[in-house]
Amino acid sequence: MSQASIDSAGASMGSLKSYLTGFVLSLILTAIPFALVISGTLSSSVTLAGIFSAGIVQILVHLHYFLHLDTSSAARWNVLALIFTLLIMALFVGGTIWIMYDLYYRMM
Amino acid sequence: MMTTDASSIDIAYNEEIEHPDTIAIQTFGFWIYLMSDLILFATLFATFAVLGGAYAGGPTGKELFDLPYLLVETLLLLFSSVSYGLVILAVHDSKKKNVLIGLAVTFLLGLGFVSMEINEFHGMIAEGHGPDISAFLSSFFTLVGTHGTHVTFGLIWMAVVIWQVAVKGLTSPVQSRLIRLSMFWHFLDIIWIGIFSIVYLMGVV
Repeated sequence: MSQASIDSAGASMGSLKSYLTGFVLSLILTAIPFALVISGTLSSSVTLAGIFSAGIVQILVHLHYFLHLDTSSAARWNVLALIFTLLIMALFVGGTIWIMYDLYYRMM
Repeated sequence: MMTTDASSIDIAYNEEIEHPDTIAIQTFGFWIYLMSDLILFATLFATFAVLGGAYAGGPTGKELFDLPYLLVETLLLLFSSVSYGLVILAVHDSKKKNVLIGLAVTFLLGLGFVSMEINEFHGMIAEGHGPDISAFLSSFFTLVGTHGTHVTFGLIWMAVVIWQVAVKGLTSPVQSRLIRLSMFWHFLDIIWIGIFSIVYLMGVV
């Protein structure tokens, strides 16, 4: 009974392998941006791009290996809700930056 | 009479919770809450994106942030995410003792994170770099502090669930709470990725 109920939770169960894979990938993806910044060998634009891409990949790793989001039907509504939220976030963050920097530029 | 009433309510509650889809429905409902929390953090990130360069003559991120210290904080949170993953596996195998050990480890790692953050904030304020110095520091303390508050409430929730596992065992309602807390905990780690990348690392470059 308890077995069935926890399985029916869809996007909430993982395996030992998925957690360990996610852990190792996360360690690597945390080490890369810290190493880039602490060593400071690359130009700042390359370093920023490195931090940004490692961050996005690590978020995807966490979503997949820790929160178990995938294309299965059990996780479909979770993924749809997330995509809608990302759209709203893009409007908030992108819109805010656009408007405020435009204002800044015009007032110089 | 009282006890009869209480136990019948308890049975009704358990029957309700034993419905095959109940945990899935509660999990999805909690997911929707997490999405609304994501919107909250999006507004704070947007605020930081606008005000993050407004130092008003005060210190910059480069002068304030200690990267090795930040790396330890980040690793504590990452380890706690994995140890909570192992808790969920132990729940799946109905191993109560392992669940309790895993939750205790996760709690201590989370407590370490919050303590380090409080220590960092305390140090900054003591040196006269509090949230009242510049718009950069106001938005910094609001964003990072909101995340830290979430982790603190997660710890309170975890303490309650540890007590429930110890007293009630791994019943369906307790399992449901353990699953939702795991989602909350992994979600906070994802927010932290955004914070250490955008606020700290990009602030030091």
